[in-house]
Amino acid sequence: MSSDALAPRAKSTGLHQGEAAPGCAKVDPILVADGVRRTFGGMTAVDVEHVEIPRGAITALIGPNGAGKTTFFNLLTGFDTPDAGSWSFEGRSLAGVSAYKVARRGLVRTFQLTKALGLLTVLENMKLGATGQRGERFFTSLVPGIWRAQDQAIEERAHELLARFKLDTKAADYAASLSGGQRKLLEMARALMSEPTLVMLDEPMAGVNPALTQSLLDHILGLKDQGMTVLFVEHDMHMVRHIADWVIVMAEGKIVAEGDPTSVMADPAVIDAYLGAHQDVDLGVVTGRVTGTPEQQAQAEAERLRLEAEARDEVEQEENR
Amino acid sequence: MDWSSILNQSASSIISTTTIAYALAAVGLGVHFGQAGLLNMGVAGFMAVGAYGYAISILTFGFPWWLAALTALFASVVFALILGIPTLRLRGDYLAIVTIAAAEVLRLLLLTVAFDDVTGSADGLFGFSGSFDESNPLPEGDYGFGPWQFNETTLWPVIVGAVLLTLSVLLVWALMRSPWGRVLRGIREDEDAVRALGKNVFAYKMQALVLGGVIIAAGGIVYTLGSNASPGVYVTSLTFFVYTIVLLGGAATIFGPVLGSIIFWVLQYFLSNLMPALVDAGVLPFMTANQAGMVRFILVGVGLMLLVVFMPQGIMGNKKEMTFVK
Repeated sequence: MSSDALAPRAKSTGLHQGEAAPGCAKVDPILVADGVRRTFGGMTAVDVEHVEIPRGAITALIGPNGAGKTTFFNLLTGFDTPDAGSWSFEGRSLAGVSAYKVARRGLVRTFQLTKALGLLTVLENMKLGATGQRGERFFTSLVPGIWRAQDQAIEERAHELLARFKLDTKAADYAASLSGGQRKLLEMARALMSEPTLVMLDEPMAGVNPALTQSLLDHILGLKDQGMTVLFVEHDMHMVRHIADWVIVMAEGKIVAEGDPTSVMADPAVIDAYLGAHQDVDLGVVTGRVTGTPEQQAQAEAERLRLEAEARDEVEQEENR
Repeated sequence: MDWSSILNQSASSIISTTTIAYALAAVGLGVHFGQAGLLNMGVAGFMAVGAYGYAISILTFGFPWWLAALTALFASVVFALILGIPTLRLRGDYLAIVTIAAAEVLRLLLLTVAFDDVTGSADGLFGFSGSFDESNPLPEGDYGFGPWQFNETTLWPVIVGAVLLTLSVLLVWALMRSPWGRVLRGIREDEDAVRALGKNVFAYKMQALVLGGVIIAAGGIVYTLGSNASPGVYVTSLTFFVYTIVLLGGAATIFGPVLGSIIFWVLQYFLSNLMPALVDAGVLPFMTANQAGMVRFILVGVGLMLLVVFMPQGIMGNKKEMTFVK
């Protein structure tokens, strides 16, 4: 919407040390994960050897459906427990820490399927986001004198944020009355009420119309301007290219590539895994689970198709006779 | 038909220990179901803990009535913790299964002859109102007006019950307008979202389960004040009566459960007097007076279904809420 959003912004650079490869070290990592693995029965959903998320930048986590992005999100935020691995946020281990404590440390997430609290008003949704509220404890909540002043301060901050997200006119409405895109905005604004240091957005653009997309993009860039670190999952390549400073690509639970948006999107492994240059090729070849190069796979596939066609022809000839 | 007697009987039920006891149970269930979204199907169990906790404390331990009441409330806290610790981490439906089972287990324990000397098994417990009657400050005489007629012994439990109900409603009101209540309503809507905002969802659900459980148990105490405790009362249908009351008044409201209880009991008395009278008057030739008296229970079931389908927000509930029901 604003003109500066149309003009490409300066990206944060110099985030990594050494070569940009999967698991490469960052100059100033805020989140570090080591050997995080999660299996569901026989299926390995996430198997991340090492990854570091750079501080103060916008990092995109991309990959095909089923790559394990959301599962990885759940593991990092305590909503799911990995089978193995360790991960730390700002140098403190998060392994075995429950979800609400993770949020209190400043790592706040949103959900792929928006979780607006429908039968609470938009303002109540916002106020719920604030942490350390005295009135949220059972016995102190009975004495309004203890929490009223704090509650009013929170309400003011909520109104400011709502104005920034252009939801201020909706403050008194039930969150259930908002449109899908507005709910995404509300969820993001609500997460900001807790004054996080790392915001993790799970598909912030899913189901949002193009007009709202631009304002969402501005908001995400705004988070970075305010010194927050952003990690988001997204399928919209245009958006990733537009706002991400760093891109991490996952496929079949593994991290297959890392780097700045331009170089990652030129990486053949990414094109294979995600953008679909070799649609016929088994993803396992790209991630190294199955031997063979993509070219060999493609040839094998072509051969298989040719043989099938020949077999069909033979059957037809038999029938004609 | 004697309309004045029927209407008189119905009106008298507006102020009675039964109505107050059910109102207390409904206020407690309102905290569970309406505010926190906890599907507690063991209302009868919580009431039984209150009633028997009170009666046993007096008969077996010789406590004065007020200490017995406190003991019963403490027992309901323990009951809530036992139910909550294993189930509140799971999805909501599991709480429903565990609470309905626990209430049945409790009822059967009260019914078994193995503990006859403590629980009185099928006969229940009676003759424990001495200490309560002694505490009665009311001078002897008749009180009340119109259909509401009491003497000093029947009015005293009503006063105690009304005080307990008022305190409970005030407590719930104070909690629900506070940020604590806001978190609870948030959990009702989506507990993962609230967890992601740094709230200890399990602790809140446990607090709500204990709070509501204590209020329901208070209902059980009021129900037995100055009368008796019988295992036949604390059956699963009691749970559904309380659900009907809560849904009638408005589950997510503070005063709705009280209003619901009054309407429920006025209707119950009205129907239980009207139906046999109709049979006697020859309007319903196909059933006996006894059968007609039972028809009201069928009507409660039908009423509950109609409520859930057509007016799930209840009488005092915000109609706007229903625009967005998923």
